[in-house]
Amino acid sequence: MKRREQRRIVVPLVAVLLGFLVGALVIIVTGRSPAVLFISLIRTLTGLDLSGASDFNPRYVGEFIVQALPIILTGLSVAFAFRTGLFNIGAEGQLMIGSLAAVTVALLVKAPPLVHPLLCLLAAMAAGALWGLIPGYLKARFNVHEVVVSIMMNYTALHFVNWALLQFGSVDRVKTPDFPPTATLKSAFLSSITNGSRLNWGIIPVVLALLFFWFIIEKTTFGYRLRAVGFNKEGARYAGMRVELNIMLSMMIAGAFAGLAGAVITLGTFNFGRVLPAFEGYGMDGIAVALVGANHAGGVLFSGLLFGLLKAAQPLMQSQGIPREISQIIQASIVLFIAMRLGIEMLLSFISSNIGSKGGSKGRARS
Amino acid sequence: MKVFIEMFPIALMFGAPIVIAALGGLLSERSGIVNVALEGIMMVGGFTAASVTVLLEPVLPGWAPWIGLLCALLAGMVYSLLHALSSVNFKADQVVSGTALNILAGGFTVYLCQIIFKQQRTRAFSTGLAKITIPGLSNIPIIGPMLFDHVYPTFFVALALVVLVWFVVYKTAFGLRLRSCGEHPQAAASMGINVYRMRYLAVLASGLLAGLAGGVMVLTQDIQYTVTSIHGTGFIALGSLIFGKWNPWGVLGASLFFGFSQALSLYARDIPLMSGLPLEFFHLLPYVLTIGALVLFSNKSVGPRAAGEIYDPGKR
Repeated sequence: MKRREQRRIVVPLVAVLLGFLVGALVIIVTGRSPAVLFISLIRTLTGLDLSGASDFNPRYVGEFIVQALPIILTGLSVAFAFRTGLFNIGAEGQLMIGSLAAVTVALLVKAPPLVHPLLCLLAAMAAGALWGLIPGYLKARFNVHEVVVSIMMNYTALHFVNWALLQFGSVDRVKTPDFPPTATLKSAFLSSITNGSRLNWGIIPVVLALLFFWFIIEKTTFGYRLRAVGFNKEGARYAGMRVELNIMLSMMIAGAFAGLAGAVITLGTFNFGRVLPAFEGYGMDGIAVALVGANHAGGVLFSGLLFGLLKAAQPLMQSQGIPREISQIIQASIVLFIAMRLGIEMLLSFISSNIGSKGGSKGRARS
Repeated sequence: MKVFIEMFPIALMFGAPIVIAALGGLLSERSGIVNVALEGIMMVGGFTAASVTVLLEPVLPGWAPWIGLLCALLAGMVYSLLHALSSVNFKADQVVSGTALNILAGGFTVYLCQIIFKQQRTRAFSTGLAKITIPGLSNIPIIGPMLFDHVYPTFFVALALVVLVWFVVYKTAFGLRLRSCGEHPQAAASMGINVYRMRYLAVLASGLLAGLAGGVMVLTQDIQYTVTSIHGTGFIALGSLIFGKWNPWGVLGASLFFGFSQALSLYARDIPLMSGLPLEFFHLLPYVLTIGALVLFSNKSVGPRAAGEIYDPGKR
């Protein structure tokens, strides 16, 4: 059992390393220098420029956290559903519906500062939860696979939200009017300590969401029931748990996390609703984050920061001749390697039996 | 009626890649491997077809798109190897693996566009696939203008593939073995069928068809490959697979239906009942219909029973 716990951490780490290796190989094969990738990542993480061309700039750190915030939330969304044995591939759509709700409350409701953003966040969570309830209900009631429904719901959300946003009036057909100053999560203070980055109070709901996730899953009987359904549906049913209800609740909470992400982007990073030609990939990022984070709150935090880092480093890499899509390639490779965990485990036991032949064989015998 | 006839060739143009990709999904799922990666494979196919066409145009005008299609089909097959490797050899969760391939395809194709063409998209090709008019047949009243006058030949390719896939799956010993792997792989193995090999072949075939579908789509509906060129058609193909109850003829019908619902958005203004509806309504229609189909067929077990399940030779 101890060994299995270790594997839970080691396999994602190896997958991350292999993912970066693939990224570096792609860069080399296409005739660029992989050093740029790592210099950009370190600059984004710390604000320091290793190439020595420029000085310390905390703006990079601020932008890095801004990128990580929604990804941590969609990561929590996917991870929460995973814990109940559900694959929430619909975080993307739930996020868009959430941001639509936030836009609606921000533009149509009048409220004092502090209350106004709170209302927006709650509306976004409720909307995301309802959007997540649809695949949850169809799964519980008709046993329809949640994956295909969620994908279809994503496209439905994309087109519906684009239509709805334009009903608020728009000069250029790509964004709504700016929000009133009461509704925004923007912070002059956070921005100033990070040299004018877009860092904002969206940090607070993200931290609360992480704590909520940890508390619900690890500390409550409700979380225990959700996990039991995920481990063995029929077993849980036999133990008298209401499996269908738990499936619906789990998808609703997952949807609420994703909806919150939508609000954090709209109210914090931007200050207006955006009409998008295609998905931005936050839901897909969430899948990667949840898989690397092994569906634990702490793991999601770290992997969310990792993928936020990759995302925030994109413009730096692009400016030095490495197409920004390299971070998408690295991310997808990591997910693929985690899916192939059996291969990684085979590789690990091969290595451990060849290097520390004594420890390796003992370990294998035990497991 | 006149609008309907005018719409028909457009609906066939939209329908052709959906049919071809869905047939790919059919082969894969019949062998027991769910292929959510159709969208990503189509991206790879579309990118390959567009790039090859652009680069060969100056040398081999006329032939370039066809060579592009051939390369698209090969690229799709090579790309699907990754799905076969992870889901057959490494017992990966097939949906997670497929999702990874979808993300990878989006990143990889645009990355290569930047390396090759120094921009976010491929260069535009001057002519994609040419429309054809079949002399004689196009003079038949009603059916002529619907099927044979200024239409893309790709729909006939799709039609031929429907017949081919139907024949292979239902009329050959190979097809019987393929289906048995998707229904009860352990039983199939006990009859001496190599489940791993069958599944490999099926996933590669699905990659070939999805790659072709991507190529067809970009060369008939676009002037270049961009990251939004495929815009969910692979997922609509998955939808028509469910709608069509995992049967080639059903898939044909469902894909045509989706082709029509896409063509409607172009003709909505000419149809009195629909002219008031926003364009977005037509864009989201196929997706909502797919959800409806899922609910409709949910209680009847029409799909391959073992699809998506990890093959465990020891299970009974």
